[in-house]
Amino acid sequence: MSDPQRRADAIIQGDRRMLAQALTTVERGGADARALVRCLPALPEGRVVGITGAPGAGKSTLTTALAQAFRARGMTVAIIAVDPSSPLTGGSLLGDRIRMYDLAGDSGVFIRSMANRGRFGGIAAATADATALMAAAGFAVILIETVGAGQSDVAVADVADTILLVEAPGMGDEVQSIKAGLLEVADVIAVSKCDRADAAATLQQLRALVQMQHPSDDAWPVAVCGVSALQQTGIEELTDALLAHRSYLAMHPHTARALHRRRVHLQRAIEIQLFEAVGRTSAWQSAHRILTTDSSANIDSLAQQILAEWRRSVD
Amino acid sequence: MTDTPAPIRVLVAKPGLDGHDRGAKVIARALRDAGMDVIYTGLGLTPHMIVEAALQEDVDVVGLSILSGAHMTLLPKVTHALDAAGLDHCVVVAGGIIPTDDAQILTQTHGVDAVFGPGTTTEEIVTFIRTAVARVRAQRP
Repeated sequence: MSDPQRRADAIIQGDRRMLAQALTTVERGGADARALVRCLPALPEGRVVGITGAPGAGKSTLTTALAQAFRARGMTVAIIAVDPSSPLTGGSLLGDRIRMYDLAGDSGVFIRSMANRGRFGGIAAATADATALMAAAGFAVILIETVGAGQSDVAVADVADTILLVEAPGMGDEVQSIKAGLLEVADVIAVSKCDRADAAATLQQLRALVQMQHPSDDAWPVAVCGVSALQQTGIEELTDALLAHRSYLAMHPHTARALHRRRVHLQRAIEIQLFEAVGRTSAWQSAHRILTTDSSANIDSLAQQILAEWRRSVD
Repeated sequence: MTDTPAPIRVLVAKPGLDGHDRGAKVIARALRDAGMDVIYTGLGLTPHMIVEAALQEDVDVVGLSILSGAHMTLLPKVTHALDAAGLDHCVVVAGGIIPTDDAQILTQTHGVDAVFGPGTTTEEIVTFIRTAVARVRAQRP
């Protein structure tokens, strides 16, 4: 592909086609992707909202409603919708756009579907790079809709500034929520389907729970909002809560989470660059041959040989 | 690391007013099982919405399912709008109830690459898409 700096400049100028192609480049990975990402401006803090929750909790519907609410406030919105890849064929059926019908045709909205390529944690490996591209393109809010995640799928916290947890009513007793995991990293919790009778109890339980969670004075008070897409209620309050968290982050740029995220980014950049360097060694190639012929090969010593060859090539 | 080619990205859409998407879903599933990334957009899209989605998703293929009889109006609108948006590299395939004569006009003068009628096996469609995308990708830098 062409000069990465020219591509980055075109994206910053608002070239949507170039943005779309660049998203493909980062999904594919490799040297082209690294070169392009290096030309992007630093990702400003606070723009990325990760939307997570169990399958069927209402993430896609809520993502659409939030995008409309942000648009109504004059903010442009990019959406990264992650769906699972088939573990058997590697293919995927990305269906989040179905529920985002109402956003089609709005030039202030850009939606990209991504397959998670078997990665755990509800996001795709290229999600961080994709958010950097969308921020460079100038979108004011970037919503990441994760794969329907389980309790421990907290990887979205590595890429999002604000974590919105979507909980449907009646998903289990209080103890489910006290367990470690998603609920701990949530900044804002939305109880969906609040037109249902059992929603009030869920709301009450979660509110009681988050009050126990934050003893210190300047900690962000987790907001719990009830929403109903059916009755179109609660979306404005939820949007307010998300923007309040964004203001909080602007005033507290060195929270433990922000530091964690920067560390994870650094670690990931090292992993990718190291892996690319190591992938060029002949030991890597021969290890692949060994894997296909010898099912009892010792993986750990294979890795050791590959790294030894890479080290020799650096010295 | 990048020795495996990028998965083929396919947008499956139903243009116009047509409430039956069983066929489209069967195709979407078959393409997924063939290892492709399939973006399924659902019902009732205008040609403009389809082209905008194809652009944002940077797809190799646009698959259009149409049973309403409006294919001679809607399909050329999609292909012409794709060309106008600079997406002429997209392989366009159509399926549904499309008479042979119409199919001929669509493929010969309106930029539809293939029309698959009832009875087409999913293998035929997968093979066609793989071949066509390989050809297009070989021509692009």
